Amino acid sequence: MKKLSKTTKSNLITYGIVVVAYLVCEILMRTGHMSSLMKGILVPLCIYAILAVSLNLTVGILGELSLGHAGFMCVGAFTGAVFSKCTVEMIAVPGLRFLLALLVGIVCAGICGILIGIPVLRLRGDYLAIVTLAFGEIIKNLVNAIYFGMDKNGLHFSMKDSIALGLEPDGVIIIKGAQGITGTPTDSNFTIGVILLLITLIIVINLVHSRTGRAIMAIRDNRIAAESIGINITKYKILAFSVSAALAGAAGVLYAHNLSTLTALPKNFGYNMSIMILVFVVLGGIGSIRGSMIAAVILTLLPELLRALNEYRMLIYAVVLIAIMIFTWSPKGIALRERYSLAKLLKRREKEVQ
Amino acid sequence: MAVLEVKNLGISFGGLRAVDDFSLEVAKGQLYGLIGPNGAGKTTVFNMLTGVYKPDNGKILLDEEDITGRSNIEINKAGIARTFQNIRLFSDLTVLDNVKAGLHNQKEYIYSTLTGILRLPRYFQAERAMDERAMELLKVFDLDKEASYKASNLPYGKQRKLEIARALATNPKLLLLDEPAAGMNPNETQELMDTIRFVRDEFHMTILLIEHDMKLVAGICEKLTVLNFGQVLACGDTSEVLQDPKVITAYLGE
Repeated sequence: MKKLSKTTKSNLITYGIVVVAYLVCEILMRTGHMSSLMKGILVPLCIYAILAVSLNLTVGILGELSLGHAGFMCVGAFTGAVFSKCTVEMIAVPGLRFLLALLVGIVCAGICGILIGIPVLRLRGDYLAIVTLAFGEIIKNLVNAIYFGMDKNGLHFSMKDSIALGLEPDGVIIIKGAQGITGTPTDSNFTIGVILLLITLIIVINLVHSRTGRAIMAIRDNRIAAESIGINITKYKILAFSVSAALAGAAGVLYAHNLSTLTALPKNFGYNMSIMILVFVVLGGIGSIRGSMIAAVILTLLPELLRALNEYRMLIYAVVLIAIMIFTWSPKGIALRERYSLAKLLKRREKEVQ
Repeated sequence: MAVLEVKNLGISFGGLRAVDDFSLEVAKGQLYGLIGPNGAGKTTVFNMLTGVYKPDNGKILLDEEDITGRSNIEINKAGIARTFQNIRLFSDLTVLDNVKAGLHNQKEYIYSTLTGILRLPRYFQAERAMDERAMELLKVFDLDKEASYKASNLPYGKQRKLEIARALATNPKLLLLDEPAAGMNPNETQELMDTIRFVRDEFHMTILLIEHDMKLVAGICEKLTVLNFGQVLACGDTSEVLQDPKVITAYLGE
């Protein structure tokens, strides 16, 4: 058998973790060992994992701090939901409808990524962070002001109120301003979520280990040197940023089809959410795809699992955040991890046996 | 035949005339030195040659093709590669990936982003070819054993070599080395001299270098141009220039 390279092995472990986790959850669900609370959180877990992995492409691989990731998720969620609601009678197969909605959401979020990326990526560091934060908020507030309806004459759009749409009596309002979208078909489920997560992982990992990924990381490590060997900085920056935005859009579509009501609140699409995703990425290890996925899962599960402790819940959450930070980032923590790493312990055991 | 021909190049920063009326001609396969006191404008010349700065006046011809005023990416594609005074490696990438990044624009290794994501056959074919070519280059610089190291973990002398290897990966007609021996001990400098000479002979490369280490300059450069206050002070064969009284008073010292 041909020996697998180190990176291939590491990637297979990442995919393996997802598949095993999926199988365990499915078995628990089928045998009735899972509480309804846990069942409800499975799809959000996938959503957050996708968001964390996609943001890692911007923060870890491209090396630019973006605080507007929830904005792209918002674009994906609303465009996907609008598409599904418009076509709910035309396309009867939920799977096909979801797939098309997904495409619409991804494309729209990706285009938004390009449009915002072109002016914004001229900035770097803190300035970029501030501007992306602002764009995220702008997207959320814009969505809150949109009225959108459909009748037999076609689609109607207004930024004023639902009467200004001038719908025929048979028309339906799809987006009702700040009240958002109600009655989106709940087409997504845990299996779809896991498949999407796997696809996201494959896209990001394959991108990183390709010619394009190398160019992106070269720009991160040394912009001037990258230019000197003929790498087009603007092109690759915008490419990485828009792929990251498009994947966030996919997470948004998944989010919109998990709940029947979709509103753009600060809680789900505001800067709180953007920072939450950034916390996943930072604690999972900037640039570590697998790490950000695991961090997203643990940090989403934790508050739910600790629900029984009531007010102590967030206290423990904070302590865990600090503990993970020390574990992943402090030099002593890294040294300790290396000394007691599982792979090394196994190797030592092997030697002793020989 | 001249690979590089520079005619009356000049640039000002505000009221400061940094380089004025600079002309240079480097023949194919030549090892050419650019020397002068600190602040004379040597690196500014390099930055104009590589498109980092746009010259105010003058012409740069590479293989008789006018490349004046092009962007640094286009100039690299046209065939000028460089190294930097302060090492600029892709520090978090492996040694191998540093060189592979240098192969980015070589026609035989190009594939689209989508090919990379979908892992089409072209991806594997191009990556394998890239690996082979990069290893070949690393072997020349005796870096093949460190191929999987992170670039920042290499010792200083080897980082310098890796920078040259990366520049060569872009398949240039002209290689610019900005103070390649800076910060090296005498042994490392000696080794570097052998490497530079070897690169010239092995790849039939034309090399223009800035250097303060006179032992290196006298040892390998065939021709020299001396810059002082942005102007050419002397130009000619190495031995003659180094004995020029003007050069001795302005730069070398008695």
